Amino acid sequence: MTEPITPELFEHLVNLAALELSPNESEYLRKQLNNQLKAVNELASIPIDPNIPPASHGIPYPAEIRPPIREDEWQPSNFADSILAQAPQVEERYIIVPDIPHQDLE
Amino acid sequence: MDLCDYAAYHLAGMIRRKQISAVEVTESALQRIAQVDGISGHLDGNNDEEPDKIHSFITITPERARLQAQKVDQAIAAGENPGFLAGIPFTAKDIYCVKDTPSTAGSRILANFISPYTATAIKRIEEQGGILLGKVNLDEFTFGSSNESSAFRPTPRNPWNTAHVPGGSSGGSASAVAAGEGCFSIGTDTAGSIRQPAAFCGVVGVKPTYGRVSRYGLIAFGSSLDCPGPLTRNVTDAALVLQMISGADPKDSTAANLPVPDYLNELQKPIRGMRIGLSPDYFKITYLDAESGEIHQEDVPEIMKNAVYKAAGRLAEMGADIVEDVPMPHTHYGIPAYFVISRVEAASNLHRFDGVKYGFRTKQAVRDLHDLYRKSRGEGFGAQPKLRILMGMYVSAAQYSEQYYLRALKVRTLIRQDFEEIFNPHGKYRLQALLTPTTPTTAFRMGDVYGDSVLMQYADQLTVPANHAGIPGISFLAGFDSQGLPIGVQLLGNDFSESILLRIAYAYETVTEGDEWRKKTPPLLSK
Repeated sequence: MTEPITPELFEHLVNLAALELSPNESEYLRKQLNNQLKAVNELASIPIDPNIPPASHGIPYPAEIRPPIREDEWQPSNFADSILAQAPQVEERYIIVPDIPHQDLE
Repeated sequence: MDLCDYAAYHLAGMIRRKQISAVEVTESALQRIAQVDGISGHLDGNNDEEPDKIHSFITITPERARLQAQKVDQAIAAGENPGFLAGIPFTAKDIYCVKDTPSTAGSRILANFISPYTATAIKRIEEQGGILLGKVNLDEFTFGSSNESSAFRPTPRNPWNTAHVPGGSSGGSASAVAAGEGCFSIGTDTAGSIRQPAAFCGVVGVKPTYGRVSRYGLIAFGSSLDCPGPLTRNVTDAALVLQMISGADPKDSTAANLPVPDYLNELQKPIRGMRIGLSPDYFKITYLDAESGEIHQEDVPEIMKNAVYKAAGRLAEMGADIVEDVPMPHTHYGIPAYFVISRVEAASNLHRFDGVKYGFRTKQAVRDLHDLYRKSRGEGFGAQPKLRILMGMYVSAAQYSEQYYLRALKVRTLIRQDFEEIFNPHGKYRLQALLTPTTPTTAFRMGDVYGDSVLMQYADQLTVPANHAGIPGISFLAGFDSQGLPIGVQLLGNDFSESILLRIAYAYETVTEGDEWRKKTPPLLSK
């Protein structure tokens, strides 16, 4: 059986996912993905009436149980310092990152 | 039996009446942890360390717990209302943000993250006087059914037999509750992550209706599936804790704006006349032979099926009507659909971890920002998050999403329709609940399934339909196998019918109270 996720396609996915992987890890993950796809392919055999709507949620959300939208009001927060304290690199309350590569769009 | 082995509802009364103090109960639980837990899970640890201990925790917070307990005792001495859970020790799965505690999600990428705020469910318990003992281990980002994928090792072991897994992903929650390390734990259930470990460890686990409990402060996995809920040692405590954590929350727009019933008050109402179904589709297991790609189907082991039939018999003694042969034809599509939906949601949720704002950042030299992302994520994530991100990207890619993602969402509708049909009050079946095995097997041995991501996922096949459908479920102990490992059975009900499920589980607990198997305790505790 041919593998739907070829090494080339796998590399493309890894790049999109912003992951750097070792060769061993890549081999294991690609094999697991192809195995998982065999399970997923069972979906193709299910007869689905064209009128069946997709469900993005299990339970319905009628208006009467949906919480009202919050007022658009300014609220104070005292967490700014503790949030900034979590960042790996900060200078004068700015989060520091390395160079951002620029890419011309085609 | 020590103080920490008592039921929460029992202790809460004794503490309020000043028969014992919150500090005494907390010390008893901390002592139990010192006795059975061993070294806590840590980065670069391994599973060979102390194989006779259960390793439920990632972080133990004894000082915080003692301070909270003292506050409760002071409030009681001053005649103030200390809350419904005053002095009750509990644990939180380390997927919950709790202010000023490490909140790791079992991942290297969050190992150094100290949460600046507290999740709503945990906050509500602490407001009622609950005493947080610490944060317990889980599969990395909740991705697993054995707890073995955590980056924090040794990973938890089953208190009934430490060579076996406690289940997952709320494995540390289940092992802690079973061993008396706190009266209850707050876990999460995305495909069975509360009910499956509860079954493996012989405790009660409730997956509430989606939206019953706020997800605010929960590190997200599958946002349309995740449900916070309690693991407890008895049904009354499950009702008590669920009542405390449920209800609308301005910080979670999916938390339903519905009044919370008085679950405790409903518990003791009779179950006479209730219609409880059994479905042949829940007595079959489906699994994939990954080499050949063939799907196999067979009956669940006789012992699991018998446990369900025996439980049904006891409920019938109490006047319930047992309805057999209830068709649930789409049950076995739960896993393939879950492989798609949960991966797409996980991939989306995991993009925020980038080595910039918080959490792990690579120590290697980097060329630019993209290189920083790739290296930080490559080193910070374990195999499970990587698999989920890659699969999520594949099945939602423009050219495949019709074939996979959209199709999976439609299958989700079919699974939901199975439940709508059987719970329809004017339909053919008119059920109040469906009674099923919680898991296809009892707890497997550590190392037996881990590494095979497909087989591990199939461990959730009897629990995942409830997550697709959004409906509530409860798992509770219904006996033991020949190895002395607990067998769990599950009740599934209609949207927001938690009080009915709790009531049936309570009736079962009451009618079996005198049974010999009820007296068993984990062998670990008699050492």
